[in-house]
Amino acid sequence: MALIELREIFKIYDMGAEKVHALNGIDLEITRGEYVAIMGSSGSGKSTLMNLLGCLDTPTSGSYHLNGIAVETLDDQQLAGIRNKEIGFVFQTFNLLARTDALHNVELPLIYAGLPRAERRQRAKRSLERVGLGDRMGHQPNELSGGQRQRVAIARALVNDPSILLADEPTGNLDSTTSEEIMELFAQLHQGGNTVVLVTHEPDIAEYAERRVLLRDGKILSDQLTARAMAPA
Amino acid sequence: MVFLENFRLALGALYANKMRSILTTLGIIIGVAAVIAVVSIVQGLQFMITRELQGVGATYIVVRPDFGDRNGPGMVARSVKLTWDDGKAIREKVPSVRLITPVLNGRGQVKYGDRKHTPPSIQGVNQDYPDVANHTVDRGRFLSRVDLENRRNVVVVGQKVVEELDLGKRPLGKEIYVGTYPATVIGVMEKKGQSLGRDLDDIVFVPFDAAVALFGRNAGDAVELRLQAQSTAVVEQVRGGIEHLLRQRHHVSGDQPDDFKVQIQEEILKTVNSILGNVTAVVTGVVGVALLVGGIGIMNIMLVSVTERTREIGVRKAVGARRQDVLLQFLIEAVTLSVLGGAIGLAAGYLLGAGVAKLLPDWPAAHVPLWAVALAFGFSAAVGIFFGIYPAGKASRLDPIDALRYE
Repeated sequence: MALIELREIFKIYDMGAEKVHALNGIDLEITRGEYVAIMGSSGSGKSTLMNLLGCLDTPTSGSYHLNGIAVETLDDQQLAGIRNKEIGFVFQTFNLLARTDALHNVELPLIYAGLPRAERRQRAKRSLERVGLGDRMGHQPNELSGGQRQRVAIARALVNDPSILLADEPTGNLDSTTSEEIMELFAQLHQGGNTVVLVTHEPDIAEYAERRVLLRDGKILSDQLTARAMAPA
Repeated sequence: MVFLENFRLALGALYANKMRSILTTLGIIIGVAAVIAVVSIVQGLQFMITRELQGVGATYIVVRPDFGDRNGPGMVARSVKLTWDDGKAIREKVPSVRLITPVLNGRGQVKYGDRKHTPPSIQGVNQDYPDVANHTVDRGRFLSRVDLENRRNVVVVGQKVVEELDLGKRPLGKEIYVGTYPATVIGVMEKKGQSLGRDLDDIVFVPFDAAVALFGRNAGDAVELRLQAQSTAVVEQVRGGIEHLLRQRHHVSGDQPDDFKVQIQEEILKTVNSILGNVTAVVTGVVGVALLVGGIGIMNIMLVSVTERTREIGVRKAVGARRQDVLLQFLIEAVTLSVLGGAIGLAAGYLLGAGVAKLLPDWPAAHVPLWAVALAFGFSAAVGIFFGIYPAGKASRLDPIDALRYE
């Protein structure tokens, strides 16, 4: 069974006078271990789709199964639980807590998972080592470079061993060299077995993925494998 | 999420905005400091007054006519009497009464030569007065039993009267007039000074019968009786005896209230305590307003904080914080802020009270009772919860998508 299974997904925003169809009948399957880039211009519905995939929002109609769970039936509380355990977010603006060192930032999801302190520490450390920041644990975000901040954010996304890593324009605030480094890191994580869903509007960033889903006007325009998927590993 | 984790988080957030945190909680600090200082000062005051009143002697009993509640139904026509005959009956029939004197209080002019003076109090008493009231003569002697029985024209005066009438260094033996009553000064009372706004030295004592003659025949119908019981142990017993006897003598039937009032030291203390209680209550009311203002300050800053940290809330929700986690986080922050303020206020109030105690002579060491401490903490925590719940609720209801997008 697919890890992610979207069926006939509609998301309609009621703006009073008119109804905006942000998502207009999406069918999408993503299997475990895939590396998918979701592309589209602004207004194509990719942010809405990402919010749905990340369980930050529920569809107006249609069904969404994540790891076998019918997400559309869950309430706020349960969605929070799913986000905590199944989803690892990476944002364009990093979204780290200010005045909080790297270790504590990475620890955050584990606090809400209710893990004891010692175990949290240990897992947060391991996660930071995985992204190559074993020597920066005590640094606060403002003492780190943009690339390092994004690595901390990735460590935070990984710390709870989520089913999917959901990255929303992860290189949008980075220069090209650092972008490359970050994309290499995602590639490594994908090779390590993680399912990665990347939302971007930059074609060259999308090239790092194996599969590219193109959205327009709330519909899937195309869904194809990328050059990288064709190339032998 | 673990409570402790939230507490640590709150401390971190407050520490990050040190200046703002202190200014925010200043209202609470001032409010609690005021409560504690006032309570400790009032406690000292209570202590002092208690000590002063105990000097009079705990076996002291006063019987007064009770005219009752003048606004009460059917009270208008009641004629109330308390006479020296009642006093004599008490002396004979109630056991354990050591001393008893009537006190007939009136006003009038005293004259010596062409000097005139109107003391606030001319009292008709008997020979027991000095021992009953714990007020002795300084020079000469007090009215004696013989003076009273033989209706001698004698008078004992206070220091102030000696000065006002210019009786000189040898006041004893001088002839003065108390109203129309000519009398020889046989004694001068020891100096007592002021008490509760009255000059205790501006006083004249005449034999009881002379006072009755002076103030008119009906004056003797409503006197005050002052007595000393044999010991503190029998005070209650004596009171009971007096009540029983007077009800009988005044023909007060079973269900009617007493037409007199027996006051013992304990009740004077109670009265004083209730006055002090009222003072405390008024001050507490003012302080309550201070805490209210402090609480509104906290709410204001918490609302600012929630807006400022909208993105943080979004991130927390994105990584799995549930509504109650966010609610608890901000609520604990507000409560921590206010309780911290309460703790600082407690210390400041205690120091203030101790400082006042040091400055005033004879004042007992500052003492803050445990209930005041508990009240201060309880109140500041309550303020934190009450004024923190709205901002915290607002934070917890934020939509994670909007919160993450917030600039």
